[in-house]
Amino acid sequence: MNLLNLIKISITALTRNKGRSFLTMLGIIIGIASVIVMVSIGQSSTQNVRSELSSMGSNMIMIMPARSMRGGVDMGTGHSLNRKDLETLEKSTKYGQHISPMVSSGAQLVFGSNNHSGSLSGVSASYLDIRKYKLGAGIMFTDNDLKTNAKVCVVGKTVVEKLFTNGEDPIGQTIRCGRVPLKIIGVLESKGQNQMGQDQDDIVLVPYTTIMTRFAGNKSRDNFNMLFASATSEEESEMAATEITYILRSNHDIKAGQDDDFEIRTQEELLSTMSEITQVLTILLTAIAAISLLVGGIGLMNIMYVTVTERTKEIGLRMAIGAKRKDVMLQFLSESVILSLIGGFIGIIIGVCLALVAASALNWPKTVSQSAIGISFLVCVATGVFFGWYPARKAANMDPITALRYE
Amino acid sequence: MENEAIIQIRDLHREFVVGSETVHALNGINFSICRGEFVSIMGTSGSGKSTLLNILGCLDKPSSGEYIINGTSVNKLNINQLSTLRNRQIGFVFQNYNLLARTTAIDNVQLPLLYNSNISAKERKERAIAALEAVKLQGRMDHFPNQLSGGQQQRVAIARAIVNDPVIILADEATGNLDTRTSYEIMTLFQELHSKGKTIAFVTHEPDIATFTTRTIKLRDGQIVLDENIQQQSAAEALAEYEKNMKHTMI
Ligand SMILES: Nc1ncnc2c1ncn2[C@@H]1O[C@H](COP(=O)(O)OP(=O)(O)OP(=O)(O)O)[C@@H](O)[C@H]1O
Ligand SMILES: [Mg+2]
Repeated sequence: MNLLNLIKISITALTRNKGRSFLTMLGIIIGIASVIVMVSIGQSSTQNVRSELSSMGSNMIMIMPARSMRGGVDMGTGHSLNRKDLETLEKSTKYGQHISPMVSSGAQLVFGSNNHSGSLSGVSASYLDIRKYKLGAGIMFTDNDLKTNAKVCVVGKTVVEKLFTNGEDPIGQTIRCGRVPLKIIGVLESKGQNQMGQDQDDIVLVPYTTIMTRFAGNKSRDNFNMLFASATSEEESEMAATEITYILRSNHDIKAGQDDDFEIRTQEELLSTMSEITQVLTILLTAIAAISLLVGGIGLMNIMYVTVTERTKEIGLRMAIGAKRKDVMLQFLSESVILSLIGGFIGIIIGVCLALVAASALNWPKTVSQSAIGISFLVCVATGVFFGWYPARKAANMDPITALRYE
Repeated sequence: MENEAIIQIRDLHREFVVGSETVHALNGINFSICRGEFVSIMGTSGSGKSTLLNILGCLDKPSSGEYIINGTSVNKLNINQLSTLRNRQIGFVFQNYNLLARTTAIDNVQLPLLYNSNISAKERKERAIAALEAVKLQGRMDHFPNQLSGGQQQRVAIARAIVNDPVIILADEATGNLDTRTSYEIMTLFQELHSKGKTIAFVTHEPDIATFTTRTIKLRDGQIVLDENIQQQSAAEALAEYEKNMKHTMI
């Protein structure tokens, strides 16, 4: 019996019991569809995290002073990062592309009769590159502005909306922060909320030198809140982090065995933590989906047993007219494989649709896991063979005389 | 050619062990069937007719003794070789037709050829059509078994039994489920096949059916008690006679 005839016979047999075939398939359909949905949603969520992080700059590196502990008492954040560190890093880093300090200061922003309590971020011009901000209008301050502690700023969209309620062009206007007037020279393109739900447009960028000299009260500040750096590429951010650690340790005279007095975080680390979480969730959900596939497979096995018993006479006849045990075995195996393949195919279609709907509802990237589809096909064949095996063997081991006499 | 023995049976025994009892279903059988013979196997219920036919059809193996079909000693064959032998050399006709339900007549007839990979789809179809023509069902090829009368179903089954051009046709109570008239029709068909040179072994317990064959083997308790050539009656004439009588009684 050749393969084509075998498939024809199986399909004929299956269409004879359409309702039953469909119900049997339903188990497989649900199982496969849920596996596809779970794996695809898991992948979309990982991609979602990745794209959010890379919109923040996937090669970004944050350097913070470590919290200093003295005698087991938390002394708050240290003041370990200063201008000397910045200069050394700028001079000697190979993997770092940009470096910007960050000194922040809370401030009440005033324009005319409008008030907005925000904060000033003292940075250098490369901050835009590091954080992937884009200028919507105007210009960014220059190195010269940094040298002269210029009273200029670049603001985000939220600040513009809060202060310029009459629709004035903010560029060229001067806002007041406490005693200091700041001239707006640029407006940033909107970035929306970040992963944590913070408004990334509520921002006022000021030359860090300006903050350190003009906003530090009476004595000028020498320490940064933190440093932002970017590696030349995402792949190199670990190298860059190692390099920065090395430079800062020697700058701070930290001896071998002593702890760093600063902390370095790369986006890569953040990403791997986040994707670890989503991965665990994906595996968990997929395991649940796999159980429903198992239940579907058991249903298939059950029906194949019923089919074999029902068709005992047919089996006897086929053997009498020359079917070998192998032929009978293959006939029933191909029935169960075809059932589970068709079920799997429908399941894949439904699963893909559901995954796309879910992704667009959650506003996540629409990913359909190709490997899940491929694996599903293999799983279907395996399910068909595995759960069809015993019923088919039962059929193949029948004695033709007894089978023919079966009523 | 005429006298070539295509079936030879020597000291054949078949025992069934059920619990502590041993049933001697066949107890030392000897006979041969030559090409072109039409043999009826008779005997009371339980005398071993079906057991013998199953062995002749290679569905079952003897406990002891020798069975040679068309020069092949069956005892030495394995299970796959037996399947192939059934597929190429034997045609079965059963009491209850054993057609596949919801399968057309022509597909039912093609079935044995599906298990012979030497036969192309085209040849399969041609041979099935020829077989259905031989049983005069050329108009019913696409009918399903439930659309056919019992006699027609048995004729489909006979077409299926001859489609592989077997060495011998084995029929177990092939007329057992049919009324007298239809039985005569089926016997007419068997006689036609016989006249075309087919060899047939026909199990029946009805003496009048046995008269349409050329030789009777009678079994009792697993042994042959009678084996003789008989004067073959014409089933076609018997059918005509029967219909004439029926008409009389109707009037
Ligand atoms: N599989 C079996 N197991 C045990 N005993 C069996 C088996 N098959 C047949 N027999 C016994 O063998 C004997 C012959 O049975 P067989 O079926 O050949 O009779 P038969 O002549 O065909 O009868 P009938 O005219 O009723 O069909 C009977 O006594 C039966 O009980
Ligand atoms: Mg019998």
